[in-house]
Amino acid sequence: MDCQLDIFFLEAVLNGLLLAGLLALLALGLNLIFGVIDVVWICYAELVMIGMYGIYYAHKGGVPLLLAALFGILLVALAGAVLHQVVIRPVLDSAPINQLLVTGGVLFFLQAAATMAFGVDFRNLGIRFGSITLADMSFSYSRIITFGVALAAMLVLWLFLSRTYVGIAIRAIAQDRQIMPLMGVDQRRIYLITSAIGGGLAGLAAALMVLQYDIYPQIGLQFGPLIFMICVLGGLGSLIGGFVAAFIISEFIAIGGSCFATEWGYAIAFLFFMVVIFIRPQGLFGGRS
Amino acid sequence: MPLLNVSGLSKRFGALRAVNNVSFAVEEGEILGLIGPNGSGKSTTFNCIAGLYTPSGGSILFEGAEIAGLPANRVCHKGIGRTFQIPRPFRNLTLLENVALSAYFGQDRGATRANCWRFAEEALALVGLPTDARAVTDGLGAAALKKLELARALATQPRVLLADESLNGLDHSEMEQAADMLNRIRREKGITIVWVEHIMGVLMRVVDRVVVLDHGEVIFAGPPKDAQANARVVEVYLGTETDA
Repeated sequence: MDCQLDIFFLEAVLNGLLLAGLLALLALGLNLIFGVIDVVWICYAELVMIGMYGIYYAHKGGVPLLLAALFGILLVALAGAVLHQVVIRPVLDSAPINQLLVTGGVLFFLQAAATMAFGVDFRNLGIRFGSITLADMSFSYSRIITFGVALAAMLVLWLFLSRTYVGIAIRAIAQDRQIMPLMGVDQRRIYLITSAIGGGLAGLAAALMVLQYDIYPQIGLQFGPLIFMICVLGGLGSLIGGFVAAFIISEFIAIGGSCFATEWGYAIAFLFFMVVIFIRPQGLFGGRS
Repeated sequence: MPLLNVSGLSKRFGALRAVNNVSFAVEEGEILGLIGPNGSGKSTTFNCIAGLYTPSGGSILFEGAEIAGLPANRVCHKGIGRTFQIPRPFRNLTLLENVALSAYFGQDRGATRANCWRFAEEALALVGLPTDARAVTDGLGAAALKKLELARALATQPRVLLADESLNGLDHSEMEQAADMLNRIRREKGITIVWVEHIMGVLMRVVDRVVVLDHGEVIFAGPPKDAQANARVVEVYLGTETDA
């Protein structure tokens, strides 16, 4: 073990912070959908994978990176809306376990379909942004960009939820579904918009992840359980909870990885998660378990 | 032509007939009391009119057009607002946001952002709640929550207001104020009111007519003073008092 409060420890803490931006963005999308529609999209990370492939092929096809990223965001926003209409809507009144199984089915379908369509090769855009060195600490520009864009996106979403009527309706419907139609709100429309926004956030995450990670059909397995754990730790449906939990888990991963090994970082994070859930089943900020 | 005409309305839940062949008409500008003991079908009737339940049979005409089976948001757009017996404010929104949401989504007649805030402020002022943009729902008592419920329904600019047990949980002076408020809403805004209530004394003072339900069926329709003298109404609704 080599864990001292030195410059490398500080570097690990700051890299954990940068990772947290991306994880918080992913948790935000999943939490938003659960908070409003009350269904956990267990296949959320697979939507990110779809977005990454979309951006990859668009960019390889000659589309400039920023436009390819925009295409990826719109593609996954559309995928989110289609997922809601085709898969979620028919099971809205079903038992939660059935909803979970259905989205689990979508997860395996998307993984299998991506394997058939794109093969098992690891692909990347081949873009290297390099890194910046500060006082013997190294930070990759792609992580810094990801952190900044993720925070900006969260700010924009917060403004949308607090300043627009549709945003206020989304916050309200998360609290009381039955009364909204009596106020003239078309619940189906709000669900569809929320699904598209959740998909769009997954698309944005995809646009940021292609800067750092290889693309392959099972990349969802790397992030899916982590995002779900963050959402549950923060309190399913709690946007603030997901944000805080993303920072906690990221620091466990980064510091644990720095002091021991990356795998130990994940192991400690999951151990912490289990302890919290034993003590507080509803999560840190959640109202329901 | 009545503004709202309920004809042969039925609602079954499996083998249970919650509402059976109920008919009544509501004239424009009147306050109609819909009364009956617990389980008589008052709230089910309200829910059918408001679009929360799809009727098993019968017809509901509003301004001459069929609305039975329409979803609740469409019924709201047609001009029918509904309050709940137990107030259900959005605790994570301010008072003004709670009401502005109704003003924005509750109208299908080209409401703009600016006049939604105005409608919301007017509705809050009408029921006597603060119009301050920062006022929140935390700490509101039973009477204030009832007022908020009313303001949200009024902000949709309804022609008919379905008021569900507006006096429930209020003390005597608050009941009198609430009844006066419904009367003022009718007088100043010209809104027709159908009022479900079980507290007879205050209701009888304000309503123009009453419809009495028992076991999902209409057993009386007419002026309040006649209802109080009707033997069947006394038996099913006021029976405990006459028995005593």
